[in-house]
Amino acid sequence: MQNSKTQETLVGLFVACGITALFFMAMQISNLGSFGDENVYTIRANFDNSGGLKVKSPITIAGVRVGRVSEITLDKDEFVSVVKMNIDARYKLPADTSASIYTAGLLGEQYISLDPGGSEELLAENDVMDITSSAVILEELIGKFFTENESE
Amino acid sequence: MIDFFQTLGHSVLSSFAKLGRSCFFLLQILAGILTVIPRPRLLTKQLYSVGVLSFLIICISGFFVGMVLGLQGFYILSDFGAEETLGVMVAASLVRELGPVVAALLFAGRAGSALTAEIGLMKATEQLSGMEMMAIDPIKRIIAPRFLAGFISMPLLAALFSSIGVIGGQIVGVGLLGVDDGAYWSQMQSTLDFQEDIINGVIKSIVFGFIVSWIALFEGYDAVPTSEGVSRATTRTVVNSAFAILGLDFILTALMFGDI
Repeated sequence: MQNSKTQETLVGLFVACGITALFFMAMQISNLGSFGDENVYTIRANFDNSGGLKVKSPITIAGVRVGRVSEITLDKDEFVSVVKMNIDARYKLPADTSASIYTAGLLGEQYISLDPGGSEELLAENDVMDITSSAVILEELIGKFFTENESE
Repeated sequence: MIDFFQTLGHSVLSSFAKLGRSCFFLLQILAGILTVIPRPRLLTKQLYSVGVLSFLIICISGFFVGMVLGLQGFYILSDFGAEETLGVMVAASLVRELGPVVAALLFAGRAGSALTAEIGLMKATEQLSGMEMMAIDPIKRIIAPRFLAGFISMPLLAALFSSIGVIGGQIVGVGLLGVDDGAYWSQMQSTLDFQEDIINGVIKSIVFGFIVSWIALFEGYDAVPTSEGVSRATTRTVVNSAFAILGLDFILTALMFGDI
């Protein structure tokens, strides 16, 4: 039917297509293409309440993603949530940068928005951000709304 | 009454015997693979009939599955005003589940049944015994290259299925229904994780390739050497592969994505 050369060429094409597809999945579908772990530095922020924030939640500045949350732990002494984040090393942040947790859309996932300040000093590896505002918990808001209405 | 217990006992014993034969067969194949490696020609020929000939059906099915996911996902997500997450939905369901599973089911139907029929007919026409007479081990010469070809082709086919499905979803979602192109890709990239999603999907497809090739070759090798026996063996290949794929998929999903 077909000589072995055509057959070999077709097999070669098939394997090449398959590997391209694997590569496409890695680079285009998953997050591998956008961020390597090597070019990041870690900073921390303490929140009173980190709400529905998860590991790998995005960190944005002015709506542009600059990093990801890498770890969320509880401070045992002060009972605050310690959020570690990996920031892309291309972005240098002033020391008085503030962090707030927002929700994308009404029911969307939560993310950290950073608001750079005007300080000359820059945040370095493992620095802690002091100015933070916690996640808005929808139930708390609703609860507050009802109690305020009752007191009137 | 005694007859009933005898039939029961016989069927239990014969199914255990079959299981034992299939495991022994697998060990022989694995030992035989070493002899395939210095002879790439044998492998190329099987890669052609197992992989290249399944290429078209995998691509077309992947494309349509992706388009349907795009369409259905859009209708459901637009109820919540969340059309932008269409990319996540299409890609996550394809990469995690549908890609490996549907590709494996199609692979069992397209390539697995052909393997069983081929080996079964070789047995029925006594080609396998003929080889043994000439002191050629049919497991090394016939079975092992086919097994290796199935094992290599399956992950590639599943990756093709998922990739083409994502593109199909994009054509419907972005092209026809007006989801934003940037949102489709960026949401997908920020949600899907390389290790957790892509690698696990590939592991699944490798496991399915292993299982389907094993079942197909064993059923052919173990077939009753008559035309009826071969036809039954072919049916069993497709049915057993489907059971194995779906059952294993649940177990693998529970292990990979659950906290069990």
